[in-house]
Amino acid sequence: MEAKGSVPGIHNQHHVLFYALSTCIWCKRVRQFLESKSVAFDFVYVDLLSGAEQNAAVEQVRRWNPSVSFPTLIIDGKRCIVGYRPEEIQEALGL
Amino acid sequence: MNQISREEVEALYQRLYEEAEASGYHLNPDKEFTLALVEGLLVNEARYGYWACPCRLATGIKEKDLDIICPCDYRDADLLEWGTCYCGLYVSEEVLRGEQPLQPIPERRPPEGQRPQEQPARPPAVSVTQLPLPVWRCRVCGYLCAREQPPAVCPICKAKRDRFERFL
Repeated sequence: MEAKGSVPGIHNQHHVLFYALSTCIWCKRVRQFLESKSVAFDFVYVDLLSGAEQNAAVEQVRRWNPSVSFPTLIIDGKRCIVGYRPEEIQEALGL
Repeated sequence: MNQISREEVEALYQRLYEEAEASGYHLNPDKEFTLALVEGLLVNEARYGYWACPCRLATGIKEKDLDIICPCDYRDADLLEWGTCYCGLYVSEEVLRGEQPLQPIPERRPPEGQRPQEQPARPPAVSVTQLPLPVWRCRVCGYLCAREQPPAVCPICKAKRDRFERFL
């Protein structure tokens, strides 16, 4: 599994940044949901990073979600959705 | 990522299932969901040497991650309040029977600096001078035992000795 990357999709009007753990089942569900709706998104598997790169990712997540829990979805650098919340994600992306 | 075989995952699943049922806990009945979490435990065992919660970011430093080694210090409180532990590996009787839906739940783990293993050892609340033995408490499930040292493994929840604290 790649630590970082982008997934293309038909719905690419919003910038969707997905912070996740590769071992986490709720993160898998969010990813499956985004893919099933053909949402374009960037992903970062924080547990697959190390050292300074991991620390930087953790600090990014902390800015939005002080408990640094996963999955954390950041939409257009404006809105943060923590956890597997498909209805909320759908509403935020106008799907 | 480390490759874990399906057989290893199934074997650990079976062991955790039997241990849970023998001591009043329940694994999530959604087997594919639960197998994915068990695989996460095995991935983390290969990575860190212990079963760090698959749904939390571990540091790889055992002393710092003690409270999130499965079963975590927060499992029982989350089962009581939400019917599931944080990752969804363990569920309540109500969720098991399908009377309550399984939902993702908020993180109960306090921020760094406020975690159980970071707190100074509590002095006994009552005078223990008359007690012939110290009493040890399992931080995971609350099991108490009076003996010179805590057991190597909690007989109730299987947490290891380093999860015990002096209670009396």
